[in-house]
Amino acid sequence: MNRVIAVFTKESFLVPLVAIILGLLTGAIAMLAGGFNPIKAYMSLLEKVFGNAYNFGETIRQITPLIFTGLSVAFAFRTGLFNIGAEGQFIVGMIASTAVGVSLDLPAYIHAPLAIIAGAVAGGLWGSIAGYLKAARGVNEVITSIMLNWVALYLANWVMNAFFVPSGQQRSEMIHDSAIITIGWLSTMFDSARLHWGTLIAVLAAIFFYVILWKTKSGYELRAVGLNPHASEYAGMNVNRNVVKAMFIGGMFAGIGGACEILGVFHYQAIMTAQPGYGFDGIAVALIGGNTPLGVVLGAILFGILTFGAAGMKFGAGVPVELIRVVIASVIFFVAAHGIVKIFVKPIMKKKKEGGN
Amino acid sequence: MNPVKSVVEMRGITKRFPGIIANDSITLSVKQGEIHALLGENGAGKSTLMNILFGLYQPDEGEILINETPVKITNPNKANELGIGMVHQHFMLVETFTVTENIVLGNEPKNGLKIDIKTAERAVEQLSNQYGLKVDPRAKIQDISVGMQQRVEILKTLYRGADILIFDEPTAVLTPQEINELIEIMHNLVKEGKTIILITHKLKEIMAVCDACTIIRRGKVIDSVLVKETNPDELAAKMVGREVNFRVDKQAAQPKETILAIENLTALGNRGVNALNNLSLEVRAGEILGIAGVDGNGQSELIEVLTGLRRASSGRVLLNGKEITNQTPRSISESGLSHIPEDRHKRGLILDFTMSENMVMETYFHPTFNKNGFLDYGAIDKHAAKLIEEFDVRTPSIYTPARALSGGNQQKAIIAREVDKNPDILIAAQPTRGLDVGAIEFIHRRLIEQRDKGKAVLLLSLELDEVINVSDRIAVIYEGNIVGIVDAKATTEQELGLLMSGGKRMQGGGNDE
Amino acid sequence: MDWGLIASNLVHDTIVFSTALIFASLGGLYSERSGVVNIALEGMMIIGAFTGAVITYAFQDSFAGGAPWIGFLAAGIAGAIFALPHAVASVTFKADQTVSGVALNFLAAGLSVYLTKIIFNGAGQTTTLSSVFGKWSIPVLHDIPYLGHAIFEAYPTSYLAFIMVFFTWYLVFKTPFGLRLRAVGEHPRAADTVGINVKKMRYMAVMISGALAAWGGATISLTTTSNFSHNTVSGQGFIAIAALIFGKWHPAGAMGAALFFGVAQAIKSLVQIFGLTKYVPTEFIFMLPYVLTILVMAGLVGRSNAPAALGKPYDTGSR
Repeated sequence: MNRVIAVFTKESFLVPLVAIILGLLTGAIAMLAGGFNPIKAYMSLLEKVFGNAYNFGETIRQITPLIFTGLSVAFAFRTGLFNIGAEGQFIVGMIASTAVGVSLDLPAYIHAPLAIIAGAVAGGLWGSIAGYLKAARGVNEVITSIMLNWVALYLANWVMNAFFVPSGQQRSEMIHDSAIITIGWLSTMFDSARLHWGTLIAVLAAIFFYVILWKTKSGYELRAVGLNPHASEYAGMNVNRNVVKAMFIGGMFAGIGGACEILGVFHYQAIMTAQPGYGFDGIAVALIGGNTPLGVVLGAILFGILTFGAAGMKFGAGVPVELIRVVIASVIFFVAAHGIVKIFVKPIMKKKKEGGN
Repeated sequence: MNPVKSVVEMRGITKRFPGIIANDSITLSVKQGEIHALLGENGAGKSTLMNILFGLYQPDEGEILINETPVKITNPNKANELGIGMVHQHFMLVETFTVTENIVLGNEPKNGLKIDIKTAERAVEQLSNQYGLKVDPRAKIQDISVGMQQRVEILKTLYRGADILIFDEPTAVLTPQEINELIEIMHNLVKEGKTIILITHKLKEIMAVCDACTIIRRGKVIDSVLVKETNPDELAAKMVGREVNFRVDKQAAQPKETILAIENLTALGNRGVNALNNLSLEVRAGEILGIAGVDGNGQSELIEVLTGLRRASSGRVLLNGKEITNQTPRSISESGLSHIPEDRHKRGLILDFTMSENMVMETYFHPTFNKNGFLDYGAIDKHAAKLIEEFDVRTPSIYTPARALSGGNQQKAIIAREVDKNPDILIAAQPTRGLDVGAIEFIHRRLIEQRDKGKAVLLLSLELDEVINVSDRIAVIYEGNIVGIVDAKATTEQELGLLMSGGKRMQGGGNDE
Repeated sequence: MDWGLIASNLVHDTIVFSTALIFASLGGLYSERSGVVNIALEGMMIIGAFTGAVITYAFQDSFAGGAPWIGFLAAGIAGAIFALPHAVASVTFKADQTVSGVALNFLAAGLSVYLTKIIFNGAGQTTTLSSVFGKWSIPVLHDIPYLGHAIFEAYPTSYLAFIMVFFTWYLVFKTPFGLRLRAVGEHPRAADTVGINVKKMRYMAVMISGALAAWGGATISLTTTSNFSHNTVSGQGFIAIAALIFGKWHPAGAMGAALFFGVAQAIKSLVQIFGLTKYVPTEFIFMLPYVLTILVMAGLVGRSNAPAALGKPYDTGSR
């Protein structure tokens, strides 16, 4: 029992927790400034999420891509890279899986996995561009990966318009049934909420993340490069290759996320006017999760609830859904500036010490 | 009445950092016009005390009197106002600025809104002439020698009107000749009415230049003595806390076949000009070859080329007769070369990895630890436990991150790892930098042990004493070339100093046979 | 086709589109010269574009022609205030400056649209402003054929941007303030030991950065778009950072790079005007500025000109 308490009062747990609370408070202040009732708004958010089976199922749907993009960002972070490009990697994953889903005709046990692999490879390659430019040319990966997000957005629209969207329409043809990964019976159970195998794949991806980094030779190298590239070079590791590898694996996670969104949720790809935003939320998920796989899953659950529940805030308290972006941005800020958070954490730690003796 | 007034009085100064007491009730008294040494080992607390006097740290307890008036020195500005200036060990100079810009920074003469650079340059020139410093006010810092940079540091304090000058380990980066010039400058300063505090761990300098000496050990004052009433042995014993013998005990070397042969090596430095110029050198089994030279003459680049961290543009490196030029660090390491890097935090350790993980940095992929791509952490931990025991690395556990260990124990761990690879040649770059006497002795013994096992050792150090005491032969590097090889037993500091400053080139340059 | 006319239009539009980038990259210059990475330029531009539009909207009926100036001024103030958390996080709390900057970018994106919806009854963008900056023609000079239209018929903000380049050069390279700013970015400890307040310098630099970047954003909403929406800025803050790096952290260099990236935007609008979309898909034209930025960054080798202490928090107590 004492050990359980110790875990929950540990700094690595308390800092994100306090950051979340401070983020929600910042949101509350913004709501008060806008003339809304924050308590009512947050209550409607929870009501929306837990109010009925359909919405609960849809929340799970919302959580799934966040696990993927969170893992994508976290994996790159572990290797010392800031992958802001999960957004673009997610989008190219969508393109690739749509292309495979629409244009090929295969038995289901090949078609769906192939579409997911296509998404993974596309996302991985897209991520490697920023990784390669960092490794070979020393270009700041933050700027290139942001630029690649925009390129991916317009590229996706062009590919769709040129090959997959019937003229006059705003979305591609439907993917073939053999590529669909929606779980019919589960959807029925949740009043037709769009539940799919992607959620299971996401959890498996988190386990894969853990095993790769902490059990294998490759993981040892990736972590070493992330913590100290100079020492890694001295120890005979190929730093540049590890940078590209990390961005490829990170991009794969995001790419699978994009593929599952097409194959499990929409079954078509729409022309986009703005970026879907899962990649950006993935940054918050990774940071709040301390770049650990378990943390990412927990973070994705939290931000999935917040982003899906935002519509409830609009409905129940009239708060524009963008308020939730303010909350998420504040959480990222407070995790980054954890010195601020520690001012709030210190009294708790102190109390614990006094209580312990 | 005291005929000579006390300019600096520090009484009962205590400064605590998390986990350690850096200064424990220290008292220091410096008189007008004297050169006062502050002697102590690395980590004894000398720099902390001087940073307090210079206003960079605030003491937790104690008081400071300047010219017999109690003062609070809350920041370096305040120290400047009180006439205290500091010549820092790591120069506080902006590399991309000119000499003048560095000197006037913070006290710029103005002409309207603009900096009056003409006036500033004239002022610098005049000060430089007054003290015989011969500094070019318009040169950029990155283009002038280390000795010159130090003079810019001195000018910075003089420009601010300092009367009390603190010199923090000023000779660490200088050649013996430059040291003589510095001593000359210090005498000039005293003649002009300045008072000097010299932080050092070198006994010879104290005997040569100082009037009084205060000895600090583990944050406490051990004694304050007049230099003319003491001798080096007494000072050494007070500094370390026991009788020490700075001579390294060893048998005569028994050199055998050549292990490492460097032939006409040329390589570019970071600035895009040749850092190594056609350098040749041989290291034999059973000997320690020391490399002496002023910092920045190609030492780091030489080691980087030898270990695969930098490309050679021409020339060859042979290890046991096999060419290893421009191979990867891994393949060179696997060929039988071990390397104790000069910066243990940058290259030697991954500070956030556990000690256990750090001990396999270059061997994790060997079949012992790596089973089909998965690491055998049982074997890795056992390996670490063995080395930590064998080399007496003081760590709470093998799972402790390397960051938590003291510098001496970190260095012991690196040496354990490198020696355990059983290399044919061990390259040790500045292996004792920043360590205390105990750790230094340990490391010297291990290097000699390697030699006595019939291995080759290449030692690079900026401490001339270390090179002379530990090596069997000494190669002097100057501007990327070996300008002479001498027998360590037969040479003198003067001879080495002359070679190090490029003043003399031995016949035949790289070969002593 | 009148190639002279096309060239004249191209230069004219380049200046229009470069203005925002010049302001923002100068903003980045102050911050990064002091040693603080500012990836939050994008967010600061968004705040500027939003504030400029909203304040102008509020005053356009009472002050007519003066309203954009009030909006512009307000944008600068809002930008400086918005930059404050980045300074607090980076300087006082030694946070990861990139992560803090990214957080501010998201905050700006969310907050601006949230407030827009509150102010404009749920609409995702401001109503079109009736009073925005008009172009100023320099007497006589603007009558020069081709050249007059190209250079001497521009928004007042464009003239201001070029003046600001000169002003920044003078301030950074000729005055004590500039010497200290650069010293703090190159070797903060050296600056500290001669009594320069490193934290104060960095706070000031980051806030100046916020004001200038916000002016960059405001020039967009108060000249070309005449309103504010979620995609008013769309990545130009990051292009401004690329311009700063490409320009080697020098005001004139940053201006040159900003003009270069401005060409890409100008081509985008020219292509649409001259009906070239028949030959090139619009999506590729939209991609152009981003692809160009990546290519330019890839063409640069290393970051050898970056301030030496860039991105490193200064710790007074570090030994």
